Amino acid sequence: MAFQDTDTGRPGAAPDPSPGNRGDGATPAIELRGISKSFGPVQANKDIAIRVMPGTIHGIIGENGAGKSTLMSILYGFYKADAGEIRIHGKQTAIPDSQAAISAGIGMVFQHFKLVENFTVLENVVLGAEDGALLRPSLAKARKLLKQLSDEYELHVEPDAKIEDLGVGMQQRVEILKALYRQADILILDEPTGVLTPAEADHLFRILDGLKREGKTIILITHKLREIMETTDTVSVMRRGEMTATVRTADTSPEELAELMVGRKVLLRVDKTAAQPGAPVLQVEDLRVVDSQGVERLRGVSLDVRRGEILGIAGVAGNGQSELLEVLGGMREGQGRVLVNGEPIDLTGTRSDARTRRRRGIGHVPEDRQREGLIMNFYAWENVAFGYHDDPAYNRGPLMDQAAIRADTEAKIAKFDVRPANAWQEARNFSGGNQQKIVIARELERNPDLLLVGQPTRGVDIGAIEFIHEQIVALRDQGKAILLVSVELDEIMSLSDRIAVMFDGRLMGERLPSETDERELGLMMAGISDTGGDHDIAEVERNLAHPSGDPHKES
Amino acid sequence: MDKMPKWADVLLIPLLNLVLALVVSGLVVVLIGQDPFEAMAIMVRGAVGSTYGWGYTLYYATNFIFTGLAVAVAFHAQLFNIGGEGQAQLGSLGVALVCLFVPWPHWSLALAAAIAGGALFGAAWAAIPAYLQAKRGSHIVITTIMFNFIASALLVYLLISSLKAPGMAPETARFPEATRLPFAQDVFAAIGIDWSRSPLNVSFLVGLAACWLVWLLIWRTRLGYEIRAYGQSEPAARYAGISQVKIVMVTMLISGALAGLMGINAVMGEQQRLLQDNVLGAGFVGIAVSLMGRGHPVGVLLAAILFGALYQGGAELEFETSVPREMIVVIQALVILFTGALDNMVRDPVSRMFLRWGRRKPTPQPAGD
Repeated sequence: MAFQDTDTGRPGAAPDPSPGNRGDGATPAIELRGISKSFGPVQANKDIAIRVMPGTIHGIIGENGAGKSTLMSILYGFYKADAGEIRIHGKQTAIPDSQAAISAGIGMVFQHFKLVENFTVLENVVLGAEDGALLRPSLAKARKLLKQLSDEYELHVEPDAKIEDLGVGMQQRVEILKALYRQADILILDEPTGVLTPAEADHLFRILDGLKREGKTIILITHKLREIMETTDTVSVMRRGEMTATVRTADTSPEELAELMVGRKVLLRVDKTAAQPGAPVLQVEDLRVVDSQGVERLRGVSLDVRRGEILGIAGVAGNGQSELLEVLGGMREGQGRVLVNGEPIDLTGTRSDARTRRRRGIGHVPEDRQREGLIMNFYAWENVAFGYHDDPAYNRGPLMDQAAIRADTEAKIAKFDVRPANAWQEARNFSGGNQQKIVIARELERNPDLLLVGQPTRGVDIGAIEFIHEQIVALRDQGKAILLVSVELDEIMSLSDRIAVMFDGRLMGERLPSETDERELGLMMAGISDTGGDHDIAEVERNLAHPSGDPHKES
Repeated sequence: MDKMPKWADVLLIPLLNLVLALVVSGLVVVLIGQDPFEAMAIMVRGAVGSTYGWGYTLYYATNFIFTGLAVAVAFHAQLFNIGGEGQAQLGSLGVALVCLFVPWPHWSLALAAAIAGGALFGAAWAAIPAYLQAKRGSHIVITTIMFNFIASALLVYLLISSLKAPGMAPETARFPEATRLPFAQDVFAAIGIDWSRSPLNVSFLVGLAACWLVWLLIWRTRLGYEIRAYGQSEPAARYAGISQVKIVMVTMLISGALAGLMGINAVMGEQQRLLQDNVLGAGFVGIAVSLMGRGHPVGVLLAAILFGALYQGGAELEFETSVPREMIVVIQALVILFTGALDNMVRDPVSRMFLRWGRRKPTPQPAGD
């Protein structure tokens, strides 16, 4: 494989003692020795060793596909390791299933919550851990415990609320309460902040801190360097199935961690000059979208994107950003007025679709590349023609000119450094980053006047993120207009020339990146426009719990 | 290597399925007190042991090619057309009308017109469920199967009223002699080869041409590309500007037309008149043929010949032994069961076996690791 490998991997090396060791000679709360697991020819975990001391927060960081989730699934009994042992409080423990993990004191908060939507909080907490055939005593006991926990750790939830009426942040707390009700003292959280606003994420980390002070052990899996730096005591880095390093968080830096994750130096910020905006390319006035259930997803959105600038739309997933991209990309109908280069666009769907949008010079990198942007079972070359398959250059008489498409694919693969450089490989066999590069290559090489980009780096490895950001900025510098939608606030902050925040189908306002910060944007994302005032987490959550947009859309 | 090689997927697995089906069939034959090896020998000899056997085998295969292609084309758009039976019946009606009411000077002209008539009627019969699916979201499986019953009732009605020939039977008059398609024995006799009498006729060549055209359509044209893309992912099709209504309609029209073409073999080629049931379940066998052929025209062709051989071999078995007719249906059903429904039962272990093989080969990793 043409991938630069540094010498950070230490195959076969003995597990070094964790630097997070507080009391000398203390027994680690959890210790893994030589864990290996492979799926077919893919080695997902290779000789993994970790020791986590009680009362600490340990971060595990790594790119998509580095093996973090596999490791946690082994800990929680979903997979059986091929080799290695697990020790809990010094005692070797077999974890054949999740029941065994729970009785060993391990609690897991998954990225996608596992809650019964039309049950109350209390019922969800008790579910599967009832004391007897009758529910009432269990519920009474849980109610008492919930009260106690909410006082101790800021884990406030309304015990009788139904899950479907709660916001994501609160649902996550229910998951934590579920684990605590089962007397977990080792808590594993998998990408817990993916769906949270900054305020909610801060609140979560305060809760985790409180739990840590009570002596709980917490393992935090994430790909966000900032979270690792701010919350953990020790951190392990995984790369391609191996644990490449375990360090004390205080002794490392984001740059060093990124390098350990990727195996080479990476640029963490985006290098770009100030924008030189020109004439407006996209003008949107009072755009409205009603979905098939009759819910209004866009409630009168107006915005402009000019030549040579990137307008970033920030917001919690499910607040109308997807619908905005879809209606502009011709995948959905809407009402309102949209001009591209001064010419109106038909929004009714009768005279236009995604194909006519492309002819108008609109490129679209969709939010979900696996469902929309690519046909996963098609070869790379078939995907390069996707959406542009009626281009005369790709056709010869009634038949498609496959040789021409393949030649074009080879050129795009070379230019965008898609690996492996194989036009005959099916899309599903490329990594997330390389899949995204195929989509970006296809859309950018058409030289669109307006590029719609949704979640350009979701599930993409750091090395490719850098490259994709560079490409987007380069397109801007050629004088193109770019509308960027992302739920990653960091990405919005570093790429955008202007930032608009979306909440509940409306734009809350616009800010310049130089004149705002995450706190302010975070409050706007929760529908709070008076960002100067003091706002507590309860207000943020109240707002996010009841937008007409469906917060579960993404999961 | 993260999956098994292609040849194993397209050849080995169907073959294993077939062998398993035959083994279980053999056990059933033992249960009713017959010698399975002898039964097998009779079936093989009956199906491919003579030009007579081949004639019948390929005659049946021609029917299954058309109905199998019909299912396969629809399946590429993720549409499950189980209305091949009804579409073939309507196609037969179209063929019959063309042959009965136009005085054709030569069979070749009649054939061209019958192809058009059969395709048109079959497509029209598929158009209604297709429209209901595309515009109204009525599930195509439900509507097409309903349309099978309507087609059958419609045909009976026509055969006892306006199309009925004088006599007792609900059937049309015999087609004019000029519309008779050359049989295999006629063609082979012309080049001096002795071929037994069988219903095999030039429709078989039309079937081969249909295979090639379907391959061209699905893998070489823009429409085929759009059909496959739509079948793989509907949201992606919307993203690319591929119209759902267009793909559902066009795909089902093509599918119905292919099923309708079966009429030229059964009605024009063999019976030379329209009977109450010309299709005899070929529409349903088409589903199994398409599944076993993995939706690829070459696969469909091979699977159609296999099922043709099973039909013909089964008929011989019934004729020569005391194995009852129902037994042959059981054997055919077992083949369908193993190749279609139980495909993964064989697929999973075989692919695991290939994975283990793949891993044992030296991988580019340092030895001491």
